[in-house]
Amino acid sequence: MKTSDHLFDYILRTADNCLIYGQRIAEWCGHGPVLEEDIALSNTALDYLGQATNLLKYAAQIEGKGRTEDDIAFLRDASEFKNLLIVELPNGDYGYTIARQFLFSSFYLLYLEKLCGSKDEFLAGFAAKSIKELKYHVQHAGDWVLRMGDGTEESHQRIQKAINELWEYTPEFFIVDELDTDAISSGIGVDVAALKEQWKQNVSDIITEATLQVPADGWGHKGGRLGKHTEHLGFILSDMQYLQRMYPGAKW
Amino acid sequence: MPTANFKTLTPLLTIPSIDFVWSILATVRDPEIPALNVVEMGIVRNVKIADEKLVVTITPTYSGCPAMRAIEDDITTALKENLIASFEIETTLSPPWTTDWMTDEAREKLTGEGIAPPQKGSADKNLLMGKLRDVKCPRCGSHDTHMISQFGSTACKSLYKCNFCLEPFDYFKCI
Repeated sequence: MKTSDHLFDYILRTADNCLIYGQRIAEWCGHGPVLEEDIALSNTALDYLGQATNLLKYAAQIEGKGRTEDDIAFLRDASEFKNLLIVELPNGDYGYTIARQFLFSSFYLLYLEKLCGSKDEFLAGFAAKSIKELKYHVQHAGDWVLRMGDGTEESHQRIQKAINELWEYTPEFFIVDELDTDAISSGIGVDVAALKEQWKQNVSDIITEATLQVPADGWGHKGGRLGKHTEHLGFILSDMQYLQRMYPGAKW
Repeated sequence: MPTANFKTLTPLLTIPSIDFVWSILATVRDPEIPALNVVEMGIVRNVKIADEKLVVTITPTYSGCPAMRAIEDDITTALKENLIASFEIETTLSPPWTTDWMTDEAREKLTGEGIAPPQKGSADKNLLMGKLRDVKCPRCGSHDTHMISQFGSTACKSLYKCNFCLEPFDYFKCI
């Protein structure tokens, strides 16, 4: 890529998705609708936090300013985070959480599939490892969309409402800006715009099978990848960064 | 301490033999599943001596598995206890860990612990394609079992129940 800063920023986009999403769904720990789901979402969050750690370690190495993955995670302000907006949204009810997991992890699975071919050796290794976990996430979310859609009147209504509301956060998945173009042209990054077709097909199959409606495409929220976030990110960071903010440099 | 395990270059600098290091590593247990050691689980990928320095390469099982940090510490302790002072523990992500790397002996030990061992690669691909996999109950051996949840007590296990003896048990997920 043109500069290591570009590569650093490009890695942050995926790393922050994992970090913020893992932190957000970990909030279900102790609050799940049933014990099995409480454990399922906590395990899923653990996978995402592990992936975030791997990526942030690499990003810190690329940056070469002596920062560690903890510094990058805990000592940045909201405007420096590059995650997609969908991952910072509150969990809502369980239908909302499942709909988001389904829409986001279906995209992230396709992204990792392409990242396996990256010219960057570490990123290709990271993708080959993470994709194994993603298959379980996508399958878990898909099963629940089916159960809810084809379940009771109330579960059908709740999951449909969630999918409708979240649909306008999915266009941001496929935006390609100059940073993406730089990453794609150097063979390191993934052309996310090309994933839209496949993503739409994968999610529509499950949505229709669950007797639900696929919302029409239209306007989409964006800005997360450029550091412009919703008010929700600040609340996540105040939780996640609390210790390092109160006691800077604290060590275990 | 058998001297055959050390080739002394200079009085201070001793280089352990590779086999000796592997035997030490085989004493390091998985904190979650004490019956298994990190060698038979396929976590230790390589032991080599590069420019007079011992390098142990390990690979994580699951990206977020907290046990990996404990394993790294336990390896450090085990090596130091055997008077190996200068070494480095390297972590690599590729090739990604797979349950196919677990030895058959490890699989038997799992069953002994009441955990159904992971099947060899292909069986689990069926599950991801929607076909159920055939998991044997580690207690009564019945094949009449069903999955309660894809995610169990740890990242690497899912929760099953035997329809014959009605006991719940963990299944070590294929990955």
